[in-house]
Amino acid sequence: MDFFDLQPAEWQALLLTLRVAAAALAVALPLAVLTAFLLARYRFPGHGIVNALVHLPLVLPPVVTGYVLLLTFGRKGPVGAFLDDVFGISFAFNWTGAALAAGVMSFPLMVRPIRLSFEAVNPKLEEAAKSLGAHRIVAFLTVTLPLALPGILGGAILGFAKAMGEFGATITFVSNIPGETRTLALALYTATQTPSGDLAAFRLTLIAAFVAFAALIASEMLARRLRARLGGGNA
Amino acid sequence: MLDVDITGNVGQLDLQARFTSDGGVTSLFGQSGSGKTTLTNMIAGLIRPSSGYIRLNGATLFDAASSVNLPVQARRIGHVFQDARLFPHLSVKANLTYARWAGRRQGTRDFSEVVDLLGLNALLDRKPETLSGGEKQRVAIGRALLSDPNLLIMDEPLANLDQARRNDILPYLDRLCVEAGIPILYVSHSIEEVARLSNTLVILSDGRTPAFGPVAEMLARTDLGRATGRHEAGALIEGRVTQVDDVWGLTFVDIDGAVLQIPNMDARAGHHVRLRIRARDVSLASIPPEGLSIRNAFEAKIKSISEESGPYAEILCSVGEQVVRARITRASVADLDLFTGKTVTVLIKSVAIDRRQRSPVLPNAVEHSV
Repeated sequence: MDFFDLQPAEWQALLLTLRVAAAALAVALPLAVLTAFLLARYRFPGHGIVNALVHLPLVLPPVVTGYVLLLTFGRKGPVGAFLDDVFGISFAFNWTGAALAAGVMSFPLMVRPIRLSFEAVNPKLEEAAKSLGAHRIVAFLTVTLPLALPGILGGAILGFAKAMGEFGATITFVSNIPGETRTLALALYTATQTPSGDLAAFRLTLIAAFVAFAALIASEMLARRLRARLGGGNA
Repeated sequence: MLDVDITGNVGQLDLQARFTSDGGVTSLFGQSGSGKTTLTNMIAGLIRPSSGYIRLNGATLFDAASSVNLPVQARRIGHVFQDARLFPHLSVKANLTYARWAGRRQGTRDFSEVVDLLGLNALLDRKPETLSGGEKQRVAIGRALLSDPNLLIMDEPLANLDQARRNDILPYLDRLCVEAGIPILYVSHSIEEVARLSNTLVILSDGRTPAFGPVAEMLARTDLGRATGRHEAGALIEGRVTQVDDVWGLTFVDIDGAVLQIPNMDARAGHHVRLRIRARDVSLASIPPEGLSIRNAFEAKIKSISEESGPYAEILCSVGEQVVRARITRASVADLDLFTGKTVTVLIKSVAIDRRQRSPVLPNAVEHSV
């Protein structure tokens, strides 16, 4: 057997992981950009509480986060039951639940760099944009957002990597079901628990390392091109 | 037509400003910290005044009494900031056209006309970070002009530039002030710029506007010394070039009642010019002197002598319809027995008139001259 010939189960885990991470990113990134912008630009009542809530998954044990998700979004949880009844969306023990767990866990890692990059953009540029007739939303989309793009990209990469590697919250929330919630990290864990799983574990490790490395290289190249286009990077 | 009467507190500053201007170039003049930028930010809509009103061409931009407060983007005021504030991720061209593609302003002003006016042709494809300070300001001015504003605010556009860059950009400002066709509110703490560019002068001092009016009239007022700066005080004189003497490098300017000889002016016969003559460069003699190196000596009638303590006296002398301002010691006033109505000889050293201060007279400046 060729070492690099992936088993169907491993292919499954890899594709599932990419799907889960991509879905997590697609939903969490816009929310992270919005949250980061609000935290960076506005001082509102409860600013500190929102900030703490955002960062909570970073400091809580992942198992706790997973358990809270289970209690809230599980079939019997208040939010989970509501979504199931009204929209027919269920997070329990399927890949969307894995994506939710990955999104929640990667959220703080995305908000942080994005917030920093928003703070680095001179708010006076928005004043200039408005004085030229641009509505505040247009000013945000044409000036602030493009200038913060390198930081947003950094946050997205970090979030994607975290989503791909998420383990504790996922296994607690949606368990370890092959083809449904068994991502690379969970498959690797399963392999290490199997007596003859050493070779599989090693292969999975290489896959995870390769994917992460490719993502980093790609983001670095993208960031370099972005910086060149934005002119010097820091506004 | 700009009509402002507002109050507001920002930080340490207690602002109470009231002035009107009839178009042309209105200069907001005052020392650092007098509230110039706060006042312009209130007019532009960036800071909310606590009471009063702001009207532009009959439209109310802000009125505390009727709760009118138009947002920045609805005021149609082009704002040239001290720090240019070009968008660093956009090319010069995209910066210039920002108001059209992001602000949805369908400008009546021709793009290439503005580019020519400000000499921006060679810069269009560059990024702001590659521009010099003066070039950035020119782009910022062009960008504001192309937003089709009803008023152009220029908040010390030259403050962050060195003298060489200033001299580069001033000719563009001269042309702009004449050709813009919209009222300009020009903020400065430099009496030279103000005298050169403006029609109306608003003096701002510690958040108050003690006086406003035609620039020549304001500069001739001796009671505003504290606000206008005693050392730089001087009068504005309008004149017409009658003759250029290439042999001696002198330009002859008829100021209606006397002819001044000025070294190497950048003007030709027939040009209208505006001269600022500092009070400290003017001497008075009770009888016409002889054997002097001073080339500019002419008779004038004393209009007023300031009554104040201290060693100096400010004296206004009428020449035809215009006023020359002199600062001499009070001891000299006593020695020469000067009094209002007396005819004296005014002496101005030709080299004292800085040739950089001159500019063509603005089209509607003439009616303002005293």
